[in-house]
This record gives sequence, structure tokens and C-alpha cells, in this order.
Amino acid sequence: MKIAAVAALLALAVASLFVGVIDVGPAALLRDPEAARLMAISRLPRTLAVLLTGASMAVAGVIMQMLARNRFIEPTTAGTGQSAALGILLATLFMPSAPLALKMLAASLTALAGSVLFLAIVRRLPVTQPLLVPLVGLVYGSVIGAGVTFVAYQADLLQYVGVWMNGEFSGVLLGRYELLWVSGIAALAAWFVADRFSIVGLGRDVSVSLGLNYARTVAAGLLMVSVITALTVVTVGMIPFVGLVVPNIASRLLGDNLRASLPWTAAGGAGLVLLCDIIGRVIRHPYEIPVGTVFGVVGAVLFLWLLYARKPGHA
Amino acid sequence: MPERRLAWLALALVGACALFMTLGARGNWDFVLAFRGAKLAALLIVGAAIAVSTILFQTISGNRILTPSIMGFDALFVLFQTLLVFAIGGFGVAQLSQGLRFAMEFSLLLGAAVLLFGTLLSRARHDMHRTVLTGIIFGVLFHSLTAFIQRLIDPNEFAIVQVNSFARFNAVETDLLGISALLCAIGIAAAWRYRHRLDVIALGRDQAISLGVDHRRAVFAILMIVALLVSVSTALAGPVTFFGLLVSSLAHSAMKTHRHALLLPAAALISGIVLVAGQTVTERILALATPLSVSVEFLGGLVFLLLVLKGSQR
Repeated sequence: MKIAAVAALLALAVASLFVGVIDVGPAALLRDPEAARLMAISRLPRTLAVLLTGASMAVAGVIMQMLARNRFIEPTTAGTGQSAALGILLATLFMPSAPLALKMLAASLTALAGSVLFLAIVRRLPVTQPLLVPLVGLVYGSVIGAGVTFVAYQADLLQYVGVWMNGEFSGVLLGRYELLWVSGIAALAAWFVADRFSIVGLGRDVSVSLGLNYARTVAAGLLMVSVITALTVVTVGMIPFVGLVVPNIASRLLGDNLRASLPWTAAGGAGLVLLCDIIGRVIRHPYEIPVGTVFGVVGAVLFLWLLYARKPGHA
Repeated sequence: MPERRLAWLALALVGACALFMTLGARGNWDFVLAFRGAKLAALLIVGAAIAVSTILFQTISGNRILTPSIMGFDALFVLFQTLLVFAIGGFGVAQLSQGLRFAMEFSLLLGAAVLLFGTLLSRARHDMHRTVLTGIIFGVLFHSLTAFIQRLIDPNEFAIVQVNSFARFNAVETDLLGISALLCAIGIAAAWRYRHRLDVIALGRDQAISLGVDHRRAVFAILMIVALLVSVSTALAGPVTFFGLLVSSLAHSAMKTHRHALLLPAAALISGIVLVAGQTVTERILALATPLSVSVEFLGGLVFLLLVLKGSQR
């Protein structure tokens, strides 16, 4: 099954290289330098951006779920994405000439603050009602989102905000997506400490008695989630549900040993986002439907299935 | 004395309306009064529709954090409008008479609401959080589907549905005022007739049945009223997620009673005050560009979080 999954991912990646407004076949690559240029400037960066985003969002979702000890949340439904948008909005407002790296830093910092506050709220909720957590997360996110809209409306920046809130890959070109490699590295870093996150998912008392530095691990996890989310929001925009649906499916199939399952979660996220991106490119050819919209439909249906098909007693 | 509080609320609403009509008005009074009057009427209709539908919905679902819009009711209405334009084209929709179009959209919404929320609500008492979560996810699904179909529609026809996808209180559709006022009045009158039965239903399903209320029929009728009121408010002002929640929790804390004969008018009055006063303040005093719906959404979301956190302490 694992070989089939890898094969499917590769097939999708190849398909993604040859789907687009300009018709390019594999044979044309060798003959036509123009086609090779198109590949190098647009198609290849786009495919890589989709793969990196999908993989790192799925990993961020897993980490967030372990930290909050709840299966039904992810960065975009827990206010992290909206906080990142708030950060870059404020940075654009107060230091319009600052380099992108500085704005990125601002976005990461607000994303971190937003996640810390969310975890603080979650800790006050009763453990007996696991479904209350995503509910609070969604509302928390939309309160921050309303704040972002408010500021953006006053400053006439609503259009920018639209770009950050709706994930889309049509603007990805060579030189415009490279920041995503950083979030890929953050996701890779998560794999090296994956077993610690598995232990954090067992709760504070168990973690401490197993000799884990609980506070430091939680802080590291929050940092990774914030960096991944901020980078994704700034480069391509928010894509809802990736971090929610993929880890849940992976944990059903492979169990909760993160060290073993994390690579498959990342691959699943990459594949699913790529599939949605290709659907968005094909369905209304030559126009495009943003991947966030396609994933909103697919992800919502998958989420409802998870919500009702799960065995009772498992949160 | 709850009755006296009701009178104070009414007085406050009249004051807010007077301020809204007169503050900062310059030039021809005939024009100003007619222009602002239509806006004021629309605000009051929308406010009353949202307030009454929320209270009704909370009573039949038996909890204070559910509202029709949190469960994705108004997103569904926008989805149907989009589907209609997609199916018969913008020109075809424009040719339909307003009454017929509204009747079609309303009956679609009603059918879907009874199917979807009727089944969900019958389980709600056992697993409330799952129901609410489902509702919110349905909301996201309907929003995404709407956005999806909007991308498939011709850009010229898109303009027809776009107007209804965003909440707006400062540019309500005044040409729908007549029919909306009529439908809203029908819905509210029907809700008023149910006011005593609502008190009984609020005790819970088993209690209500043992006290002689035909529970299934009453809940169906109330869902119908809710669907009607939601269609009116969404057609006039677009979707607003947390406004109903804000108003109903204000009404509950202001009246401190379970009698719907007092709760319903109080919620409608408070809703009118928030909308009219909020519009006056944002538009005339602060001169803010941001639409009122955004600040209302912000406050309503905070109220929700507070309600949940307070509830979990108990």
C-alpha cells in the first residue's frame, strides 16, 4: 500500500507539471527551449510549492493536535492563520518599506502569540468535552479574522487580506515561493523530535514522569507551527482543513507513533493538496479555481465523514 | 419589573431611531427623511427577523449557543441563490418576479432546513457539541460550494449573486422592503402565537409532551418560521454569523425570564437598538469606513467565547 501511495504522489506531481493553460507535452521539453523555460519558471516551482505547502501544513496540524491533545483542530481553525495575517497586516501598515523577511518575522510572532493564547483558553476547557475545543477554535479564529478585516477596511488593504485568506497557487513563479523551503525544513525538524510530540500528546503528567522537558517541547512545537503557518499564509494564503483531515486519516491507518507515521502524513498532505490544485486547474480550463476553495469543499466533506464515522469513545 | 424594562428598551429604540434620522443631516429634508427612512426600516426588519429567529431556534434546540447562522442557515440561502443563477442564468433570474424568486428560494431553504436541521436537532440533546460542530462545518462547506459555483458563473451574472454574499447594513436592498416587511410581519405574528407553547417546549421534549404539546408538529412549524425569517434577513442584509447570538444573550441577561412573551419583544428591541445605534455611531460619529457587520461579528464572537468559558466553569 505504501508503494502505491508513493507511486500515486509521483504520478500526481508529473501530471501537475503538464497541466496548464499552455499545452506542453513531455516530447516538447526536449525540442523546444521555450517549453523548458516554462517548466523551469512556472510549472516546476508551482508543483514544488504545492508539495511543500501540503506536507508542512499536514505536519503543523499533527503538532497542533498533539499540543492541544485534541484531534479536531489545526492551525487555520485555531486562530494561528488569522493571527499570522494580522501580523503581516500590521507590518504592512506600520513599516511599509520593511523587507519581506521582517514582515515574515512579524507574522510568525503574532502567529505564536495567537497560538499561545489559544492553548491557554483550551487548558481551561473541560477535558470531558473534546468537541468543545474545535468549536472554540473556530470562533476564536473568526474573532481575530474580524479584527483583521476591521483594520484592513480602515487602511484600504482588504484586497491584500483576501490574498492571504484564500490559498491559491496561480501566482507562484520562480523566485516567489522559495520561503516555503523554510517551512519544509521546519516540518523536517518536527520529524526529528516526533517521538517527543507523541509523549506530549499523552499529557503533562505523563510527559514529566517520563523525563521530558514539557514546557520546552511545547514551546518548540508552537514555534514550528507558527513558522509553518506564517510562511504559508504569506506565500500562498490559508488553505483550510489540510492539517485537520490528513493527520486524522493517517492516524486511523497507521496509529499514533509519530516517528513512523509523520512522513506518510506529510506525503498525504502533499498529495491531497496537489490533487485539489490540479482539479482547480482542470475543471474550468483555461480559468482557475483557487485551491483553498476546492479544498474547502473536499475537506469539509472528509471532516464530516470523520466526525460521524469514528468509533464512539475516541475523541 | 420585566415589563418596565421592556418599556425602557422601546424608549431607547425610539431615541436611537430619532438620532439616526436627524444627526448630521443637511440639505433637503424631504430627501433626507425618505432616504434614511428606507434604511431605517430595513435595519429594523433585519434586526427583528434575526432576533426572533435566534430565540426560536435556541428554544427548540434547547441551548444558548446555537443560532441559525452558526448552523449554516444563511450560508445555505446564499448557496441556493447562487445555484439558481447558475441553473437558469442571470437573465432568467432577473425575469422572474420578485415574489416568485423569493418563494422558490424560501421553499428550497425550508426543505433543506427541515431535512438537515430537523434530523440534527433531534440528536442535539444527546450530543450538542457534535451538532454545533457539524453546523459550522456545513457553513464552511456551503461557503466553499458557493465560492466554487461563483467561479463557474459568467462574470456578468456573478454581479447578481455577489451582492448577497456579504453582510451589509449600510446598503440594504430597499426595493425588497415591501415584501420583506410583509413576510417578516407574518413570521413574527406566527412566532407570537406560539409564545406560550414555546415556554413549554423550553422545558424539554419529554416535559413538553407530557404537558400536552404536539412536540413534533410544533418544532416543525417553528423551524418553518425560522427559515422564513432567515430568508428575509439574508435577502435584505446578507449573512451575519454571530449577531443573533449577541442579541439573544443580551436579551436573556436583560430580562432574566424564561417567558417568551417578554423575551421575543425584548430581543427584537435590543437588536434594533444595536443595529440603529451602531450604524449611527460608525457612520456619523466615528466616520468609520468599516461596515457595522464586522464590528458586530467581533463582539458577537467574544460573547460566544465568554459564554462557553463561563459555562465550562459551572
